[in-house]
Amino acid sequence: MKWNGWGYSDSKFLYNKKGQAEFTGKRYRLSGMIIPGLREWMESTFGANLQHKTPAAPILNSSAVQPPTLNEAFLKELKSTGIPFSHDAEDRVFRSHGHCLHEIFALREGKIGRVPDLVVWPNCHNDVVKIVELACKHNVCLMPYGGGTSVSSALECPPEETRSIVSLDTSQMNRILWIDEKNLTAHVEAGIVGQDLERLLNESGYCTGHEPDSMEFSSLGGWVATRASGMKKNIYGNIEDLVVHIKMVTPQGVIEKSCQGPRMSTGPDVHHFIMGSEGTLGVVTEVTMKIRPMPEYQKYGSVVFPNFEMGVACLREVARQRCAPASIRLMDNEQFKFGHALKPQVSSIFTSFLDGLKKFYITKFKGFDPNRLCVATLLFEGDREKVLQHEKQVYDIAAKFGGLAAGEDNGQRGYMLTFVIAYLRDLGMDYYVIGESFETSVPWDRVLDICRNVKARIVRECKDKGVQFPPLSTCRVTQTYDAGACVYFYFAFNYRGLSDPVHVYEQVEHAAREEILANGGSLSHHHGVGKLRKEWMRETISSVGMGMLKSVKDYVDPNNIFGNRNLL
Amino acid sequence: HGKIKRYQPKHQEQNCGEEFTDILEERRRTTDLGYALRTFNPQPYKGAPTLSTSDLNKAVLESQYLCYIIKEIAMETGSSVEKVKEDASRILKEMSHNLQLGFIRLMGYTLNKVFKRLYRSIYVNMEGLNMLQQAIQESPVILIPNHRSYVDFLIISYILFTYDIPVPVIAAGIHVAIIGGLLRRSGAFYIRRAIGSDKLYWAVLLEYVQTIVRTGYAPLEFYVEGFRSRTLKSLVPKLGMMDMVLEPYFKGEVFDITLVPISISYDRVLEESLLALELLGVPRPKESITGLFKASGVLQEDYGCMHVNFGRPLSARQLCEGKINWSEYNLIPRNLPQRPTAETQDCVNWLAHLIVRTQEEGSLISPWSLMACLLLQTPFTTLTEEGLQWHQLTEKTLWLRKLVLDFGARLNWPDSEVMSSTVALHHSIVHHKEDRIYLVQDEDPARQDPLSPEEGVMRMAVVVLMLVSYRNQALHVFVRPGILATVGLQILSLMNGHILFSCDPFFCSQMSSSDFEEACSLLQKCGAVHISQQEVIVLETGLEVLSFLQKLLQPFLDSYQLMFRYLCEKEDHVFTEEQFLPDVRNLATKLILSGDLCTFEVLSSDTQKNVLSALRRLEAVTKLRVSQQKEYKVNKAAVSRTGDILCKFICDIPVTIKFFLCVLRIIIYFTLLSLNILIIKCLYCG
Repeated sequence: MKWNGWGYSDSKFLYNKKGQAEFTGKRYRLSGMIIPGLREWMESTFGANLQHKTPAAPILNSSAVQPPTLNEAFLKELKSTGIPFSHDAEDRVFRSHGHCLHEIFALREGKIGRVPDLVVWPNCHNDVVKIVELACKHNVCLMPYGGGTSVSSALECPPEETRSIVSLDTSQMNRILWIDEKNLTAHVEAGIVGQDLERLLNESGYCTGHEPDSMEFSSLGGWVATRASGMKKNIYGNIEDLVVHIKMVTPQGVIEKSCQGPRMSTGPDVHHFIMGSEGTLGVVTEVTMKIRPMPEYQKYGSVVFPNFEMGVACLREVARQRCAPASIRLMDNEQFKFGHALKPQVSSIFTSFLDGLKKFYITKFKGFDPNRLCVATLLFEGDREKVLQHEKQVYDIAAKFGGLAAGEDNGQRGYMLTFVIAYLRDLGMDYYVIGESFETSVPWDRVLDICRNVKARIVRECKDKGVQFPPLSTCRVTQTYDAGACVYFYFAFNYRGLSDPVHVYEQVEHAAREEILANGGSLSHHHGVGKLRKEWMRETISSVGMGMLKSVKDYVDPNNIFGNRNLL
Repeated sequence: HGKIKRYQPKHQEQNCGEEFTDILEERRRTTDLGYALRTFNPQPYKGAPTLSTSDLNKAVLESQYLCYIIKEIAMETGSSVEKVKEDASRILKEMSHNLQLGFIRLMGYTLNKVFKRLYRSIYVNMEGLNMLQQAIQESPVILIPNHRSYVDFLIISYILFTYDIPVPVIAAGIHVAIIGGLLRRSGAFYIRRAIGSDKLYWAVLLEYVQTIVRTGYAPLEFYVEGFRSRTLKSLVPKLGMMDMVLEPYFKGEVFDITLVPISISYDRVLEESLLALELLGVPRPKESITGLFKASGVLQEDYGCMHVNFGRPLSARQLCEGKINWSEYNLIPRNLPQRPTAETQDCVNWLAHLIVRTQEEGSLISPWSLMACLLLQTPFTTLTEEGLQWHQLTEKTLWLRKLVLDFGARLNWPDSEVMSSTVALHHSIVHHKEDRIYLVQDEDPARQDPLSPEEGVMRMAVVVLMLVSYRNQALHVFVRPGILATVGLQILSLMNGHILFSCDPFFCSQMSSSDFEEACSLLQKCGAVHISQQEVIVLETGLEVLSFLQKLLQPFLDSYQLMFRYLCEKEDHVFTEEQFLPDVRNLATKLILSGDLCTFEVLSSDTQKNVLSALRRLEAVTKLRVSQQKEYKVNKAAVSRTGDILCKFICDIPVTIKFFLCVLRIIIYFTLLSLNILIIKCLYCG
């Protein structure tokens, strides 16, 4: 894994000696391929230039890391438990951040702020119980760490924290403890990361169907702690629908329900204090979650719409008829172009001929404006017959909104890109381009307005803040619900000529969030609040709501042992 | 929250720095027909579809909002939805514009002919036009001109057509059929004058206006002052349209709305005498075909130049930043009617005033306005009998020119000959004979018997009120320092030269508003006062300025006193407006004849109505809702108290600072109401 960028060390975008973009490694479908369109897209979209490089610091300079503040008494008792720990600089730095732009940017420049003083690796629930007891006894600050994919500054160590900070890494708690085929549930340790969970369940013919974009690295415990959402939630549900039972260790003891009934009327659901608690109340150690037999058949698909408005209208209709496929996503025109730029070199003249023909058909024959059209990607799952039936239903609806089926390939590539797109930011950062995505959820009637206004706000703010090049400001609708949708914004710009690009970036993102809230969007659909969005919590959930959450925190963790200071 | 934004006087370049282009010049060189048939290919708001009249009307009728209201009305009244829908459709038919390019061309052709005849030049600032062109492509644009003459109704459309910019749809008051139909095809849509509580009408209007704004396919033009100003000074803005137009932005339906204030200034106003007659209570002629023909007589006259100054486009988003609580719009479906919160209303109100203020700043002061200020400060006998010496007038005008420039106003002063040419232009008001200036008093040759003294006063009043309206064109430049000067001079005479406006808390909270600061800084700039950290000291060298300013406002104070006196002396406590206006007029005429009153301005229904509404706000007069006629009840004690304060003050009785502040407040309150300035509200609350 990279210490200052996204994902596996062997996988990354780079420009080869011929100046062509290439994705290295063997892990992804795009790995080892040349991407001929990327360079031109980067140059024309951002005004980036291969001559102007901003390389990252290659290795961690351990001397830049503050020596650990250790609580000797805690350490001594910890040693006696036999739980592995480390205060090695690299281990500590690795767990000191998520993947917000400012975090990665600082690492690339070799700047290290406050990092955990100690990392511990509990192996099971009981280990966690011991660690929490010791932390309470010796007043040590605990910060649970799962997959480290946070984008809300949740993993940042509060600079004002004077106690010893212990990062509790759950990665060793990664076993499936049992599978219950009668009830279709699995009992799993919370440190397991998404792709392992799916792989192991697949071996038994099952899946959870929970596939957040970060599933390669994010952990079950992290999903619970942030109220995660998966790409295929239309079939399988979001994390709150998937979870049957949770075990969490808090300073007051272990919280769990006494049974696994599928629904209860026993006062407010205590699971909802846990889900979204963002590591402020305790450590989730074990989760029972629903599983499903693996789908018999999967089919990708895509639809081209003449414009974004039509696309949104179609998604709304699909939601109204409650016939959304496992996944349906609508990209705006800029993202459509971006997706195009990421097409790998085609291997045969025939494919490129077909591509040309398709383009001709859509733009010339059907009269779609290449600067306005947008594309929806689809994923159907289930038994073969039903999938085909379902597919027809969705394409019929799309046709009513001027949508043209645009093939499985485009759809599949769209989803594949989900996993490699995060690598792309690192390439951008090599060439003066910084950016990030953020999300919201919004009622249907405001989807178009929020998309237009937030994108326009980003452009205007960049201009006002002195960004020299027009930014990339684009969005997509990634989930549909009965009463609204989840919208993702992508924003990146070329920062040449700016003295403090990260500050500019943060100001623009802040303004964009204000714009989202002003347009009736939520503070977050699934990324969570962390420390990045704390300032808007009160207006989001009201003062009474804040008081409720605070009083729970005060009861469960009066000494603020879980002191990451997220959320409240 | 609700705090008034600090006004920062801008350093504006004078006339010379501004690039005005005479758009008639080219028209005189080419044929009218060629002009009318030119290719017209404007660039609209990006991504905006062209919307035909029928599509627009259909979108309005089918909108969720209107359907909701229709259902609601059907429920309330017990009539069928279809019936209400028909009513809505009828209202829409009466309202909607029918903009057609063919008629725009016809209009262009006709206006070409008319303008070339009426005006020497029509000056337009090209920079403003360029900014407008840019703005139109970025967001929906609202054009907000001032309205001083019927002539300017289509001037904006004419200019935009000339420069290939999308022509606007224009909100207009109900007109009669034939002209109405023509204007409709040139983009006018009609709003009834008195809508009252007609829920359906409001709903149709709201949806109609907002659909235009949301789609942004054409700029929307409306008069924030609501009416054509009869007195040539700005009116208190109406908020209804402003509210409607801004709501799509408040609801996030558009990213931004661009407001473009436009200042139209005339050397000479076409309907100058009609306006004066109207203010004196002579009913205005109906706008009809015959009226139009009669108007053709005026086509023979010279009206000098017209200036159309397109203001810098203002972003509603920027202006409203921090003033609007958006979440109020987040919990109710947007197609449902929603009353704006007090916060939002304050913001709209503030914006509307800002627009008027910007229009004022953008208008060009003509030399004639300066002369009008001075002529009105000259004793009437001088003007009517011995005449005012030409060199006296020109010297003083040049002095005033400098003052106006110091105050940062825009002045239309092409060359040194302008003073004599402007006097010639205004031969309907003054004539220049043997180096002296006289007011015009035309003798009606057809008339046998001599005029009665009352008729003589009225005759005189017509000319004087014409002069007054030209003075009013410049009044906004002087009003803030004027108020300060009126007060300052009094105090100066009381305290031997050294007085200070101490920074007591009351003073700060009431007057720290930008208007006071602006007044101080302007007076300092022209050397009339010295301002240090804590105090404002009136300088003796500034006496000329201060006395000019004071005399400028004196007619207002005199008029108020007269009306207070009338109200206090009348027997009855209840009166109607119909009764009030002629009674005051008669009393004033009597006093003018006896020499006890030396202003004619009190004869103007505008002044009279302003006092009524000021007193209503002070609750010295209350409106009774008993009949169709507007009836009022007067609280004599309150009126006489207000009058006493003004009177004592004027009569140089020693006063305390507190009393002085109280007076200041009342004077400001009254003067401002009639002159339309922002701080009324904050003063009133105090």
